[in-house]
Amino acid sequence: MDWLASNWRTVGELTLSHLYLAGVPLLLGLALSVPLGWTAKRWRGSYAAVVTSTGLLYTIPSLALFVIMPLVLGTKILDPVNVLVAMTIYTVALLTRTVADGLMSVPDHVEQAATAMGYGGLRRLFGVELPLAVPVIAAGLRVAAVSNVSIVSIASVIGVSQLGDLLLDGYRRIIWGELLTGIVATLLLALLLDAVIQLGSRALTPWQRVAGGRP
Amino acid sequence: MIRFDAVTKEFPDGTVAVDDLTLTAPTGKITVLVGPSGCGKTTSLRMVNRMIEPTRGSISLDGQDTGRMDQAELRRGIGYVIQHAGLFPHRTVLDNIGTVPRLLGWDRKKIRERSSELLERVGLEAHLGERYPSQLSGGQQQRVGVARALAADPPVMLMDEPFSAVDPIVREQLQDEFLRLQDELGKTIVFVTHDIDEAIKLGDQVAVLRVGGTLAQVAEPAYLLAHPADDFVADFVGRDRGYRALQFQETPRLPLRPERCVVLGERPEGRGSTWLLVVDDDRKPLGWVEPARVGDRAVEDADLHRGGTVARAGGTLRGALDAALSSPSRRGVVVDDSGTLVGTVMAHEVLSAIEDTDRPERDEGDPVRGGAVTVAGDEA
Amino acid sequence: MIASLLDWFLDPANWSGEDGIPARLFEHLWYSALAVGLGLVVALPLGLWVGHSGRGRWVVSVANSARAVPTLGLLFAVALWVGPAFRGDLAYLVPSTLVLVLLALPPLLAGTYAGVEAVDPAARDAAQGVGMTGWQVLRQVELPCALPLLLSGVRTAVLQVVATTTIAALIGLGGLGRYLIDGIALGDYPRAAGGALLVALLAVVLEGMLALLQRKVVSPGLSGRAVGRSRNDDDAGTGKETAQEPVDLRAPA
Repeated sequence: MDWLASNWRTVGELTLSHLYLAGVPLLLGLALSVPLGWTAKRWRGSYAAVVTSTGLLYTIPSLALFVIMPLVLGTKILDPVNVLVAMTIYTVALLTRTVADGLMSVPDHVEQAATAMGYGGLRRLFGVELPLAVPVIAAGLRVAAVSNVSIVSIASVIGVSQLGDLLLDGYRRIIWGELLTGIVATLLLALLLDAVIQLGSRALTPWQRVAGGRP
Repeated sequence: MIRFDAVTKEFPDGTVAVDDLTLTAPTGKITVLVGPSGCGKTTSLRMVNRMIEPTRGSISLDGQDTGRMDQAELRRGIGYVIQHAGLFPHRTVLDNIGTVPRLLGWDRKKIRERSSELLERVGLEAHLGERYPSQLSGGQQQRVGVARALAADPPVMLMDEPFSAVDPIVREQLQDEFLRLQDELGKTIVFVTHDIDEAIKLGDQVAVLRVGGTLAQVAEPAYLLAHPADDFVADFVGRDRGYRALQFQETPRLPLRPERCVVLGERPEGRGSTWLLVVDDDRKPLGWVEPARVGDRAVEDADLHRGGTVARAGGTLRGALDAALSSPSRRGVVVDDSGTLVGTVMAHEVLSAIEDTDRPERDEGDPVRGGAVTVAGDEA
Repeated sequence: MIASLLDWFLDPANWSGEDGIPARLFEHLWYSALAVGLGLVVALPLGLWVGHSGRGRWVVSVANSARAVPTLGLLFAVALWVGPAFRGDLAYLVPSTLVLVLLALPPLLAGTYAGVEAVDPAARDAAQGVGMTGWQVLRQVELPCALPLLLSGVRTAVLQVVATTTIAALIGLGGLGRYLIDGIALGDYPRAAGGALLVALLAVVLEGMLALLQRKVVSPGLSGRAVGRSRNDDDAGTGKETAQEPVDLRAPA
């Protein structure tokens, strides 16, 4: 507590950059995985290919990916862009499959009814399929958010600042207050993002809350 | 013989599923337990192989108390077929069938031979043996379920709604084959269903249970239809039970009349009758035509009315009556075993034949429960 | 940059001795295997019991929610807390292994539990009904049927552990993570990048091998690979998919 009292300003700044490093890739990843997931659904043959290749990216340990990024992007090792891109890759890897599964969970009869009423390609995707897939996609997004927040802290090892700095510094200098603050702040941030996504999902799917709707 | 002796099952939450059930399933016969959901029929069945233990009372198998037998050994000696077949998804069809022989420690070759033999016996082609359950249709899975239960040739079989998860046409097919199989094998079978028609079709003896797990009546199907013991049973066996009971009464000598026929592709002679029966070259009936509509040309396939059912000579009264009622000419077509026309019969002739037959007044099955006898007496 | 990376890989000094690639690779595999093995010893019986009896589901939920704790923080906290109690190699081996096992548990538990719970109740009922003993039901029916989800759990756990072993170099553990941590600390980028490539390669190869293993040991009747149905189907009622897609159990470190 003493440590936190005298360092709350630093903690605040680190929290913001943590949020930035974990949150922006979440949005970018979502934007990228919608077309990918749609492709996987539209051409069933591509499903296995898309899911396997994104899944393979997911197997690469984060620290390794952070370090490999400069090789691929030509950036400097300390550049936060490395972390942003790596985190986006993870988000896409996790969400593509979820989006594909979510879109496929839309009942056939609903899609056919939409087509019969004159909804075409993109309008059907945004007007009917995506809204109905929101619950499934939101569930995937929550997993991605929690995992992103946890992974981002590792970026301290390559010198990109966020809450992970508290963990690293607390350990090196054996300051329990700093270490525990880092853990708790990261946890709270994860829970916060999780709650925001859950609320957003609820707001987007009012039909799920009406009596008689699915629980 | 399976004997339930004052068996009661009370679950921990206080519900009584089966209440003081006393019942005998005779050797080599099919005993059907039927009733609405919550009547304890499945619980009763599952107490036989001790999937559920009775709270009070005892169940004996050929005089031996099952409660004193080793559980696994008892079950291996009893064939068990359930609603969704319950096949093991990770094993091939042949391996599924060989489950009990393997548990009994038969040698591999013998297991394989026995499994293949049963596969054929339940009407499945040999090449299906190497498949997995997920590659079979529901009806095929159910056949494999029956084959698995028969594998170690147990004298007793328990069947829990084995045919209720398949569509009506397949169900009927499976029921017919099941009866044919039982004719060959003569197992002692306890069969659970909620479908009274299935109970009446399959049972040598039908036990009707009511909600709360009490036995309402046990009797042969024909007797049950004719003499329901009380309102519950009467209600449960259904409204058209009088008509359905006719299926247990063999046709006596019906006054068959000769029928004027025309062979398909030939010109009808004369225009006297309104309806003319069309047959093929072997005198097998095809349908009816109205000669006025055909005129002078030959009878074509398109002219045929195929509405009528066909009754078999020596078949049941239900079949004869239905043939008469469903025929456009009101004359029911009767054929012999090879399908060749014998003659026709009118509905009123079948009805008078019915009036001349006695209703089944005597139950030859084991115990007639309480009220049944009295009711029979009242009505007589 | 690529050239210096290539030089690092081609330098014979990096292929021998205690700090050589083979030795580090072996260490990495050994720590990972130890952690997954210990995790299985705990999670397998526990998960089977929870899935079989339906009791103690909270164990799985607790393990799952613990996944939000940042790996790095957990590693450091355990190292500071447990480490001082041990001497020599054990001072970093024990806390690292403890954390690795803790991280392996949630996916292993979830996979085992979900696998057993997903076993068709009718198949279980039939298994008891034909006279299998409790052990036979578990061994011959429940375990083989749970295998697809169970092995998915193992795959996730292995990846998680391999990734975290890399980071455990921060608290002094050996393995391929040494190249990364030491390379970054010394400003020796080729060494760090070389280590990173090796770790990535190891993860991808392990994933591929486990996927192959899964194909080999899971019955085709369960994996949905046995396709094609009889031509003389007597009904079309049960075209239900039996392929059990694994729940996403992952959270990489």
